[in-house]
Amino acid sequence: MTTAEVAARPESQTLSGRITSGRRLRDAAFRVLIMLSVAVALITLFALLMDAFMTGRPRLNGDLIRNMPSARPARAGLQSAIFGSLWCVGITAALSLPLGVGTAVYLEEFARRDRWYVRLIELNIQNLAGVPSVVFGILGLAFIARGPLSWGFTVGTGALVLTILVLPTVIIASREAIRAVPPSLREGSLALGATQWQTIWRQVLPASVPGIATGSILSVSRALGESAPLLLLGALTFVTFNPTGLDSGYTVLPLLIFKYASDAKAEFHVVAAAAIIVLLVVLLALNTTAILLRNRFQKRW
Amino acid sequence: MGYDQEKESGGVATTGVTMKEVAEPGSIFGVHIEVGREAARDLPEIREIVFRLEGVSISYDGVEAVRSITMDVPANQITAIIGPSGCGKSTLIRTFNRMNDLIPGAAVSGRVFYHGQDLYGPAVDPVQVRRRIGMVFQKPNPFPKSIFDNVAFGLKVNGITDDIPARVEEALKQAALWDEVRKDLKKNAYSLSGGQQQRLCIARAVAVNPDVILMDEPCSALDPIATAKIEDLMRELRSQYSIVIVTHNMQQAARTSDMTAFLTTETSDDGDSRTGALVEFDRTELIFTRPGDARTEAYITGRFG
Repeated sequence: MTTAEVAARPESQTLSGRITSGRRLRDAAFRVLIMLSVAVALITLFALLMDAFMTGRPRLNGDLIRNMPSARPARAGLQSAIFGSLWCVGITAALSLPLGVGTAVYLEEFARRDRWYVRLIELNIQNLAGVPSVVFGILGLAFIARGPLSWGFTVGTGALVLTILVLPTVIIASREAIRAVPPSLREGSLALGATQWQTIWRQVLPASVPGIATGSILSVSRALGESAPLLLLGALTFVTFNPTGLDSGYTVLPLLIFKYASDAKAEFHVVAAAAIIVLLVVLLALNTTAILLRNRFQKRW
Repeated sequence: MGYDQEKESGGVATTGVTMKEVAEPGSIFGVHIEVGREAARDLPEIREIVFRLEGVSISYDGVEAVRSITMDVPANQITAIIGPSGCGKSTLIRTFNRMNDLIPGAAVSGRVFYHGQDLYGPAVDPVQVRRRIGMVFQKPNPFPKSIFDNVAFGLKVNGITDDIPARVEEALKQAALWDEVRKDLKKNAYSLSGGQQQRLCIARAVAVNPDVILMDEPCSALDPIATAKIEDLMRELRSQYSIVIVTHNMQQAARTSDMTAFLTTETSDDGDSRTGALVEFDRTELIFTRPGDARTEAYITGRFG
């Protein structure tokens, strides 16, 4: 190349560039915008948490958890609601996990996609996942609390309704987890003379535990925070005892918070704020357990 | 020409080979040896037949993928299936252990006999079939478990619970992997290199003591050194198992196999569909030195494919 040609090389081949040039500016502006969005979200969340904490701080002590709800704000506690929530969510988990994972296994491993009833099932599950939760409360009121089952306003009713509420999400999350297991794993297992069930139980399910666990814990967290459906199922009553069985009356933490927060006396609002912190701590503990469990299983890979 | 003629002539090689005689597709023991031209070659003893295919066609959702294959696979030999892409080699080999059953819409017609038994008969359990006819896949697919658990898996699912550590060791030795992993069998299988993972898959397959090992392009994802190790392994395994290998690497087929089947694609009259068909199936030396069909010759000399 002659020197003339070298000198004539277009400017676009130079390596330096100034940040005010069009493309670079837009790139920088985009980054700033993204960071601002994150900041706004975090700041809002932090502000709400701080507000609850500052309001509820006077009542954040052991009494809060030990005492039962009372008409006197100084003595009001959360015990019946905590146990009520634990009972409800516990039964919900015990029912929804086997049913949900079992359905997911059926849909992914055994069902033939081209059959019309399989498509119908899939459509229904996806629709149900988007239904507002209060609708499930109405459903429970009509068919479980009253109507054919007539279980009344009991822990059993609440748990059953929460199970139906949570089941579509568990199914969808489990299906995704099972689908993520590569077909080569199944083929390798079957080629050794394993039956389909052996392959599912010993290879596919263990491999999909992280995804299933995540989906399940998220569903259980949702159940813990549900208030609208249980509102219709008698959980807003003034309950001062822990649940004694499936046929016992109950209350749950979100609804007790609602009760305290909407009370005329301002002192109850302090209790409500403290209760919010308790609920958040429980949810955080649950989610952390889920993440730890999931990581433990993933390490074994 | 078959065995009987060979025996009657007292095992003396015939001369004057014509292309027509050798070119009969589907004939296996077309062993016309020219005296003097090659070193005295062992006449093949009467070998047991592991698989007999009669007019086997395989279609997916009504579209024919492989048409009317007729061939006999001998026992304790390495049989290679070669051919251009899309000629149905993998489809064919998966028919031997009923893996095509797993694909909805796959249909197999014709007869497949395994040691005389109809493999697709009504009373045959595919799970038992796959226990006796193992498979190694193109991309190594070890389970996300330890090395020990990988090899022991086949034993456990088939109900073999005695002496598992000894059997695992034996299998790893047969797969020429024992020395490399003996120090830590609890290590995750994914920490092995590609070649080691494939040998682990072979160990896994031989642990259940199969009769046949099917290999679907086992070396195509591996480097040349790992490939050479596995080829050596195949030659050693031949004494105990019958091996069928699909390969797109002609040199590999020429190096390792005893018998070679050459498949090609035939386009339909309207040009829309392509079906695989068997062109020639013969001893490897003959396929590669004196192929009977012009298409075989074109393929192995690299004129296409």
